[in-house]
Amino acid sequence: MNAPLLKVEKLAKRFGGIVATDDLSLEVGTGDLHAIIGPNGAGKTTLIAQLSGQLRPDTGHIRFDGRDITALPMYKRNRRGLARSFQITSLFLDLSVLDNVALAVQAHAGHSFRFWGNARRDAALREPARAALEQVGLIDRADRPAAALSHGEHRLLELAMALAGKPRMLLLDEPMAGLGPEESSRMVDMLRALKAKFTILLVEHDMEAVFALADRITVLVYGRVIASGAPDDIRANEQVREAYLGDAEEGVVS
Amino acid sequence: MMPALTVRNIVVAVLLVALALLPLYAQLAHDRFLLTLFTRIVILAMAAVSLNLILGFGGMMSFGHAAYLGIGGYAVGMLAHEHVYSGFVQWPVALGASALFALVIGALSLRTRGVYFIMITLAFAQMAYYVVSGIARYGGDDGLTIYKRSQFVAPLDLSNKTQFYYVCLVLLFGAIYLVWRLINSRFGLALQGIRSNELRMRAIGFPTYRYRLTAFVIAGTLCGLAGALLANHTDFVSPAMMYWTRSGDLIIMVVLGGMGSAIGPVIGAVALLVLEETLSGITEYWQIILGPLLLLVVLFARGGIDGLLMKVGRRQDDEVRS
Amino acid sequence: MTLFIEQCLNGLQFGLLLFMLAAGLTLVFGIMDLVNLAHGSLYMVGAYFAATFAAWTGSFVLGAILALGATLMVGMAVEVIAMRRLYGRDHLDHVLGTFGLILFFDEAVRLIWGPEGLSLPLPSWLNRSIQILPGFQYSAYKFSIIVVTLVVAGFLYALVMRTRIGMLIRAGASNREMVGALGVNIKLLYTLVFGLGAALAGLAGLMQAPILTVQIGMGENILILAFVVTVIGGIGSVRGALVAALLVGFIDTLGRAYLPNILNAILSPEAASTAAPALSSMLIYLLMAVVLIVKPEGLFAAGQK
Repeated sequence: MNAPLLKVEKLAKRFGGIVATDDLSLEVGTGDLHAIIGPNGAGKTTLIAQLSGQLRPDTGHIRFDGRDITALPMYKRNRRGLARSFQITSLFLDLSVLDNVALAVQAHAGHSFRFWGNARRDAALREPARAALEQVGLIDRADRPAAALSHGEHRLLELAMALAGKPRMLLLDEPMAGLGPEESSRMVDMLRALKAKFTILLVEHDMEAVFALADRITVLVYGRVIASGAPDDIRANEQVREAYLGDAEEGVVS
Repeated sequence: MMPALTVRNIVVAVLLVALALLPLYAQLAHDRFLLTLFTRIVILAMAAVSLNLILGFGGMMSFGHAAYLGIGGYAVGMLAHEHVYSGFVQWPVALGASALFALVIGALSLRTRGVYFIMITLAFAQMAYYVVSGIARYGGDDGLTIYKRSQFVAPLDLSNKTQFYYVCLVLLFGAIYLVWRLINSRFGLALQGIRSNELRMRAIGFPTYRYRLTAFVIAGTLCGLAGALLANHTDFVSPAMMYWTRSGDLIIMVVLGGMGSAIGPVIGAVALLVLEETLSGITEYWQIILGPLLLLVVLFARGGIDGLLMKVGRRQDDEVRS
Repeated sequence: MTLFIEQCLNGLQFGLLLFMLAAGLTLVFGIMDLVNLAHGSLYMVGAYFAATFAAWTGSFVLGAILALGATLMVGMAVEVIAMRRLYGRDHLDHVLGTFGLILFFDEAVRLIWGPEGLSLPLPSWLNRSIQILPGFQYSAYKFSIIVVTLVVAGFLYALVMRTRIGMLIRAGASNREMVGALGVNIKLLYTLVFGLGAALAGLAGLMQAPILTVQIGMGENILILAFVVTVIGGIGSVRGALVAALLVGFIDTLGRAYLPNILNAILSPEAASTAAPALSSMLIYLLMAVVLIVKPEGLFAAGQK
């Protein structure tokens, strides 16, 4: 593994009596695609929410690039280069596709109390936005309203918005959710291309995709790490097979 | 970039040229009333343009916008009453007072959302109405007559009706240009992002409250200028200037004209006021027609006149239309 | 001291009256998610009906009862013809559509009853003072308003909290689809709720009619007070509306009664007489501002609306 970019130390989060994250430690190496898998209710989304800053952990630390970001709000983490794409699509539906991404660029370009210059002709905003759309293959849709895109395209747009801030690391929360087979394979190709440029933490139910893409995999059950390692090690791990993959063959995990 | 020759752009161009040539026609036709009517239309159009910045582009459903008409108007009226006639004093005071009121009201109202925001802006505007009604020194309920219009340097004379019309028209064009620049700027894009999905904007790091409040204050200030003009136009100010139905009228103009463009409210203002004038020529009880008509527009013609014109035309360009 | 008691009773009476309006407003919003600016028009219509029917029948009480029924019918008709089409639209549509209705109602009233306004004289048995406490006289009519509104508020509470219709109302507010799935005729339910709100507004209007003149636009001023009440109480909460209405009623009444004296003690007489009317009309808005700063969702916010 490369030197860790993201380091999670003894993270814990409870909701009332329910332990969502239980003494969880994790390292994501620079340049790796690190996948998190686990059955429903394993605390994957809660973990992402804590990493992105949407939820505050009860105890434990999150370090990004050597610095403690546990107490930083979401947008400050975002500015440091930790970008999250949302599981539930949350776009600016009545703005154009390009405007959506340009706003994400603008978020990283200082304050927006600039009242006069035409932002729609501002190369400093538009060029990175176009580049991000190019990367996800939506460039020919740039001038359509976001509302006119398909569900799969919305996911790609989400991804483009995450890319627009020139992040160092992507937190991807189930990017395949709700996609058809064709869109899914398009997304896998996309992630494979992104993998070369970014460190990625991927939460995903689609096992085929995970094992095809991941450099390392961590398995969560009830908020705990039960195994962590290379895909082949995980596949061979008895505990994982029992607790998780065994179930998958019986159809509990879709 | 040259604007494309769509039906809509042609209609807008014709409208602007007609507004510019109107005094000439009024003189030729010896129709003094026409000039008075259109001076009023131009001033209220400016108020509607300012409202559209927050309503159309900011998604802030303010129902108290007429308050700034009153505040701008009363700034002129009160100063004239105290024998301060210089426009260089009156107008900045009108703008400043409106900005201050917008800042206070906005800071409070923008803490809330949706229906609360509608009701609260309405209530605060009505508070301003009652306060002004209660100040006996400046006429209270009865209002205040202005004996001298705002005075500027020599050749400019606001008591000349044609000159005054052109002052209003130039300021209206200026307001449209200002709003057009604003909505295409980074600030404006952020504002439209907030209208569209405020939570997401916050998540990606925009302090949305500050942007909303800034837009609210700009809109209020601009409307204060319209108020100063209105006071000069009628040579009279009264609490009725800021009665809540006037706020309703401004919203109608914005929606009728179409909220998607900086110039839409001008179309709406012309349409509404000319319609009122026409209907009141037909029957004394013209509002009995206007009311249901409004309901029909809401039910069947959202997007306003501008939206209809856009449908007639085909091309939609990258720019937000001017 | 007697003056103070009288002012308190006036505040109570005004507050309860505001509650009649705000309750309808908040019910309609809470259940149908509809912002109804024309609510004040129904208040006005109630007053006009009462003045007319009382003159026809020669009886104040009979006129009031007929007016109540007539306002209920008008309310339900408005719901069926117009409001129903506005459900599910955004609030801007509600505001514009119901603003159109205000114009229509104001003009229709002017067309039917003329621009002058009407008066509704009180029968002699109400137009006098009665002794409600030893040595304390109070207007019989205002006292009867307090009694009637308290009875109606109790009835409203029982209706919403204790009956099947009330259960549907509460369920409808939180889950439209579920109530629909139960096989309840939700269209009819909405018509009834709107009619109920209209009747409450009409009741407030007809009760206020003998005190103020019956005139066009009378509903609009009080509508805004009802908005203030709704905002303070928390939109959708009937209990909040009651508390806020009483608060507004007391503060407005007592402020107008005592603020001039208080200011006189602090400021010069001239300054006091200038500031008092303006300041006393500002009081309730200042109250609203304070509530907004402390609790932006109102005192009794119902859910996360």
